[in-house]
Amino acid sequence: MNRQSWTVETGVGLFLLIGLVCVAYLSFNLGDVRLWGGGDYMVHARFSNVSGLKKKASVTMAGVEIGRVEDIRLEDGDAVVTLRIYGVPLEEDVIASIKTMGIIGDKYIAVSAGASDERIPPNGWIRETQPPLDVEELIGRFVFGSMEKK
Amino acid sequence: MTDVWHLLNQLGRWGLNHVRGTGRAGVFLYETVRGIFRPPKKFHSVVRHMYFIGTKSFFVIGFTAAFTGMVLGLQGYYTLSKFGSEGLLGAAVALSLIRELGPVLSALMVTGRAGSAICAEIGIMRIEEQIDALECMAIDPHAYLVSPRLVASLIALPLLTAFFDVVGIVGGYLVGVALLGVNPGAYVDGMQKSVEWVDVSMGIVKSILFALLFLWICTYKGYYAGVDEGRFGPEDVSRATTDAVVISSVAILVGDYVATSLLL
Repeated sequence: MNRQSWTVETGVGLFLLIGLVCVAYLSFNLGDVRLWGGGDYMVHARFSNVSGLKKKASVTMAGVEIGRVEDIRLEDGDAVVTLRIYGVPLEEDVIASIKTMGIIGDKYIAVSAGASDERIPPNGWIRETQPPLDVEELIGRFVFGSMEKK
Repeated sequence: MTDVWHLLNQLGRWGLNHVRGTGRAGVFLYETVRGIFRPPKKFHSVVRHMYFIGTKSFFVIGFTAAFTGMVLGLQGYYTLSKFGSEGLLGAAVALSLIRELGPVLSALMVTGRAGSAICAEIGIMRIEEQIDALECMAIDPHAYLVSPRLVASLIALPLLTAFFDVVGIVGGYLVGVALLGVNPGAYVDGMQKSVEWVDVSMGIVKSILFALLFLWICTYKGYYAGVDEGRFGPEDVSRATTDAVVISSVAILVGDYVATSLLL
């Protein structure tokens, strides 16, 4: 093996190594690709209204991200949201509510911890849900003076 | 009357030449792709071309990427600070690099550095009748000359694009965080929250498309340098090289628009 071919092959090897490391960083760190799932599981939640919630929105518990919104679909007039949970066990009586980051921020799902000993199995359902606060309706009621309680 | 006939003749010849050229370019690409699976074996040839297209482009790509990221950091900071949202700088820099600037700028730089050289090399082989000699020896010139370069560029350009993205993000970080005082946690967190796999895959698909485009055009122009004119001189190679770089650059920008509209 002469010196010239050693240089070429080393150069290409170095190029491949650096390029693949960059691809891996972009895919796994930034692109959030999970090769083996890492104990992820799905749960479903039924909401009367999910206005403003988008796919890939965060699912948090105590402010810490524990999953993402995987899918939103309509079923019997209600919105059914499928959540991908990153391996955190959820008690059977957790409450999922749709909240907003700041005043004009994106919608996300906040899950408050439950007290039950039972866990929600994969593909199970969150029973207690709260739809997002309808700010427009509240402002409308305030502005137009219809303050009767619903 | 003869002038009108002459004009019509010229118009017809111009149209036919372009139709013939387009068809020939299509057949050229078909022969090149088919040549990947035909003898001779290409491993060492692919490695040699990857060294030329990939390894030797490292510095120019690194410099371009660093300064692109730095200028994005500067511009982004002054725009975002008007709205008090400097924390979004990481997301702005990373998304612009990964979705658009990384694939396009690295393809343009590689076209300028490697595409022109490839075109000139194959063009010189044409005017020195080396391609005819290959055909005389029953060696398929497409499989021998063009296919290894196509494989090498299809592997090298996506990797160079990823390198461009990462160096650009670091450049944006240096300017945004070290120079202008953006919160480092906000920069990295904003980037990680906003970049999705679909953005990364879009960049990779685009860079594969651009690799195919620039190599196809540069090798085609070199392969047929001076053939239509019927004379094989150095000026035909230089004209082919200029055409190759100009057409490739325009094709990359047009291809970028088409790919973005299809992938979004």
